[in-house]
Amino acid sequence: MTDSITDISAMIIEKLLANPKVPRDIDGNSKIVEDLAFDSLAVMNFVMEIEDELDVSVPLDKLADIRTINDLAACLLTLKAAQA
Amino acid sequence: MIDIFAKHAGLRESYDGLTATSPRNPFEVVIERPVSASVGIIEGRETLLFGTNNYLGLSQSKKAIEAAVETAETMGVGTTGSRIANGTFGLHRKLETRLAEFFRRKHCMVFSTGYQANLGTISALVNKDDVLLLDADSHASIYDGAKLSGAQVIRFRHNDPVDLEKRLARLKDHPGAKLIVAEGIYSMTGNVAPLDKFVDIKTRHGAYLMADEAHSFGVMGTHGRGVAEVQGCEDGIDFVVGTFSKSLGTVGGYCVTDHDGVDLMRLCSRPYMFTASLPPEIIAATMAALEDMQEHPELRTKLQDNAARLHAGLQKAGLKTGEHISPVVAVTLETVDQAVAFWNALLENGVYVNLSLPPATPDNRPLLRCSVMAAHSPEEIDRAIAVFGEVARHFGL
Ligand SMILES: Cc1ncc(COP(=O)(O)O)c(C=O)c1O
Repeated sequence: MTDSITDISAMIIEKLLANPKVPRDIDGNSKIVEDLAFDSLAVMNFVMEIEDELDVSVPLDKLADIRTINDLAACLLTLKAAQA
Repeated sequence: MIDIFAKHAGLRESYDGLTATSPRNPFEVVIERPVSASVGIIEGRETLLFGTNNYLGLSQSKKAIEAAVETAETMGVGTTGSRIANGTFGLHRKLETRLAEFFRRKHCMVFSTGYQANLGTISALVNKDDVLLLDADSHASIYDGAKLSGAQVIRFRHNDPVDLEKRLARLKDHPGAKLIVAEGIYSMTGNVAPLDKFVDIKTRHGAYLMADEAHSFGVMGTHGRGVAEVQGCEDGIDFVVGTFSKSLGTVGGYCVTDHDGVDLMRLCSRPYMFTASLPPEIIAATMAALEDMQEHPELRTKLQDNAARLHAGLQKAGLKTGEHISPVVAVTLETVDQAVAFWNALLENGVYVNLSLPPATPDNRPLLRCSVMAAHSPEEIDRAIAVFGEVARHFGL
């Protein structure tokens, strides 16, 4: 299920938790760079995994405005809607 | 007052951490002078150079040196102006004609560096209404060109035609122009791109394809026209970009193409227009080096043999290298501390390679990046392999 921000956030968190280096207590409001200690390259690479899952491409300029996992979920939802 | 440098705190921390443990600063190595193409004086010692990108050894080309000296004496040392004002000499035009002939293309534009060639080409070709599809491991100059262009940027997985195609399919209703950008040989890993597969895809999806052959120009292909020549797909590459700073041993960049539309690029490519053109002695040396390259195809054979020798030797020594045999041979290590210690030990034992650290490397691991030259003797290569092997054993790798 990937048709609401909550669903997409949950999917992102599940993917993130597959990486043992990611803190266990993350939620939709966790900040990707600050709380997860991702650098810009790590963010771009992680987004690629999510893109496959949802069959969308996220243009790099969109990433600049994303701070939290929920921001990313909202962005993905918009892109997916625009594509449908 | 807000500290203007506060944003560098993270960088400062990594930098201080790195320089605290390393006996020397890896970013401040000084080659006091080159003794030959393959040997330089570093810290007072003769050191084998395995990290210079000087693939054909032409930075020391006699012909190029003589051309530079003679031209400096007759024309002076600079143009003091932009290509579109007072900075185009007869020599600039001549070099553009020679390069267009070399690549069998209609047009050539010469830029002041390879970095600017990417910036200037990408930013002139696409704008905010268009889409750029970049290989994820693209060079910084490609990413910067993308930013300057204002186009939408979509990354595809490194060297992955299937991923590229998937992303193009998602864009099928996008009204803008689509430009795919890939490199011939990737500078950090030596990976060779499947340009022939990209050509097939771009044709089916109505996109354009630009290839940056910075590390493959003069290096790959029977005539040295790069990976596209090897793969027999030159006709499908719309724009070829590259640099003089590697195989030709000088400085400067170019873009060649058959598209007539590029004549106006000279009037809208800001990195081409708003900077001084290359000095005449550099243009003359570049032309001479190009002739040298064309007259000595055996340099390329020697380079390939040397690349295979280093690649096989390092693998035999138990080190982790990439799978492609190309003049860039990168040894992957696991941690930055390990890489820094290894790199220092190599230098102390007379071998200079490039220390490449994340995030400038793919998948977050450090690399000891070696570049091979035609000018290396088999003995020099064996010596470098032996030192790599000893250091690896010393560190228990
Ligand atoms: C792939 C690639 N493109 C472009 C450049 C830039 O070339 P130049 O050193 O001539 O600015 C480099 C080298 O630094 C490179 O590796």
